[in-house]
Amino acid sequence: MKKVIMGNHALSWGAQLGRAQVIAAYPITPQTQVVELLSEMCASGALDAKFIKVESEHSAMAACIAASLAGARTFTATSAQGLTLMHELLHWASGGRMPVVMGNINRAMAPGWSIWADQNDSLSQRDTGWIQFYCSSNQEVLDMVIQAFKVSEALLIPSMVVLDAFAISHTYEVVDIPDQDKVDSYLPPFNPPVRLTPSDPHAFGGLTSPEHYFELRYKLQKDMEKVPALVEETGREYEKLFGRYLGQVENYRCDDADLIFVSSGTAGYTARVAVDELREAGIKAGNLRIKLFRPFPFEKVRQILIKAKKVAVVDRNISYGHGGIFYQEVKSALYGYDHNLPVFGFITGLGGRDVTPGTFKEIAQHALAKEKAEEDIIWVGVKR
Amino acid sequence: MKSEAQKKERTMKLSLPTEELMSSGNLACQGCGATLAMRYVLKALGQKTALCIPACCWSVIDGPFPYSTLDVPIFHCAFETAASSAAGLKAGLEMVGDTETTVVAWAGDGGTFDIGIQALSGAAERNDDILYICYDNEAYMNTGIQRSSATPYGAWTTTTPVKHFKNRPKKDIDAIMAAHRIPYQATASIGYPEDLYKKTKKAKEIKGTRFMHIYAPCPSGWKSRPEDTIKLARMAVQNCVFPLYEVEFGEKYTLNIKPREKKPIDDYLKLQGRFHHLTEEHIKMIQEEVDRNWGRLLRRVDAC
Ligand SMILES: Cc1ncc(C[n+]2csc(CCOP(=O)(O)OP(=O)(O)O)c2C)c(N)n1
Ligand code: SF4
Ligand SMILES: [Mg+2]
Repeated sequence: MKKVIMGNHALSWGAQLGRAQVIAAYPITPQTQVVELLSEMCASGALDAKFIKVESEHSAMAACIAASLAGARTFTATSAQGLTLMHELLHWASGGRMPVVMGNINRAMAPGWSIWADQNDSLSQRDTGWIQFYCSSNQEVLDMVIQAFKVSEALLIPSMVVLDAFAISHTYEVVDIPDQDKVDSYLPPFNPPVRLTPSDPHAFGGLTSPEHYFELRYKLQKDMEKVPALVEETGREYEKLFGRYLGQVENYRCDDADLIFVSSGTAGYTARVAVDELREAGIKAGNLRIKLFRPFPFEKVRQILIKAKKVAVVDRNISYGHGGIFYQEVKSALYGYDHNLPVFGFITGLGGRDVTPGTFKEIAQHALAKEKAEEDIIWVGVKR
Repeated sequence: MKSEAQKKERTMKLSLPTEELMSSGNLACQGCGATLAMRYVLKALGQKTALCIPACCWSVIDGPFPYSTLDVPIFHCAFETAASSAAGLKAGLEMVGDTETTVVAWAGDGGTFDIGIQALSGAAERNDDILYICYDNEAYMNTGIQRSSATPYGAWTTTTPVKHFKNRPKKDIDAIMAAHRIPYQATASIGYPEDLYKKTKKAKEIKGTRFMHIYAPCPSGWKSRPEDTIKLARMAVQNCVFPLYEVEFGEKYTLNIKPREKKPIDDYLKLQGRFHHLTEEHIKMIQEEVDRNWGRLLRRVDAC
């Protein structure tokens, strides 16, 4: 069934089709429509779930974690201030191996108050042990939620499905809404190997001495390492059923490209327009859109970039005192493989400033003019 | 000579069930009131119980991984999330077909009066189907006896040294909970196990948010003798420092134990090193505060 829906509703539809059983969420612009539609879905019975109308994002995540421990499939959604309020509990979810799935609408962090897109909210949570998927379209949001449940539950690691404020959250697009039967065959009910129940009493998350703690974290990392292969596998399975492949990255005209952009989110779609126009002008450009940020798809990224002559990483985020966060990741993916490949790091679009095909062309011009990166951060579109 | 059956009947009537869901191997200090509170509560709740325990002494008392002193499942949750975790756990259990288990948020006074009050208020306002139990030892004991908003006026703690002892009264958490109009709330004390047992049983049968506030002396933090724990708990009821009462829907107050003769607080304070620095004048002030609180409670009870 095809429907014209907003990106936020794509999250709600994903949760409904995924048969989330417990939802706990708190409203924040630009996420509100996610919870509004979910409330209606629960009220009408279209979704058989308990919706806990919590008093904060902090309680939302706490409730999801505990519900997940009981063996229920759980979903929440938030943005920026709400996500960062959850910070302690993000560690709790991954450390406790509760496969909560959460939508996060990328919104710039206050102060000053901003409701517009950039990625600092979710990227500042990168070391919390969550899988992070970045989406570029409403369709991808819906598909990603369903896949996230599958990947998360297989490995008992929580997932964040990330989308840009407004450019996705409030933009209406045609979305193919899959049949429930088919989704059910793709995503069986959540059945964790251990759960909290009085019929088999255990203490979860108690005092853990240096004798045991290290191994728990080792196991989390080892399971994280399984994510890329699982994303490939579950993505192919999804493609068979629904005709759309999700995967770790999107390779757009990279195979013969001299200059490859590395981008994510909606900027990753905009980049394709720029690539086409640059090619018309005789510049062999390509775009590598990162869909899976944690764990970082090092192998895929390396395979694709190693063939290029230059790489331009476009970050809509910043790690203060360092630079673009995707830039760091890309450099570490290439380290030790091709020392001579020039990698440029661009920062643009903070706080929702537009990232247009023109932005990418400016970036291309810079990268083509220089032999190698002369500074750690190349600012694009900033008023100085 | 009484027959075995008669003897048994007598013990059944007078004391608590002999079944234990808490074993003796645990990490509590000697004379720990919090430990007794758990033991009595579990006798009333039985095996079909699940606990959410935030950071507090009880997250240590239970024992380190992979051990647990309790025979019921525990989710050790974040400090400020006892109520929200319990609400989520209840919803999760129900969605997987378990509608019977009593889900208990088991938190200290710090986790209840202070850092967890937002989540508690949220759950109470929604009337989530949880039993919230606060064992009150009147300070942050886990981290080494720092003041909480449950610490009474005059008390020494490591963050309220004698020269700057706590100069604000204990927060009235029970009035705050009453303002939420929850179906059931009660104060209880480890010094009155039968009363505690009865109230826990009653709370178990009620749907919605139930709140119990259990007085639990702490020899390590109060600088009292371990053997005085029960005595202190009983004194606090007899001198009206910690009266035992129930409130239904925030309105119907029932006093459970009315001391025949209201005792002065002096002896009670003397047994606790945390009050040793107080002058006559301070003690008089504390007595006046206790009297005011008691009078207010009686008026509420009388109004019912
Ligand atoms: C967010 C957070 N802040 C601080 C702590 C440190 N902490 C652990 S237990 C505790 C005090 C607990 O006091 P209370 O709830 O009264 O329980 P008690 O230890 O007295 O039994 C504190 C401050 C923590 N675990 N988490
Ligand atoms: S510090 Fe107090 S509450 Fe904590 S275990 Fe010791 S006696 Fe019990
Ligand atoms: Mg305490």
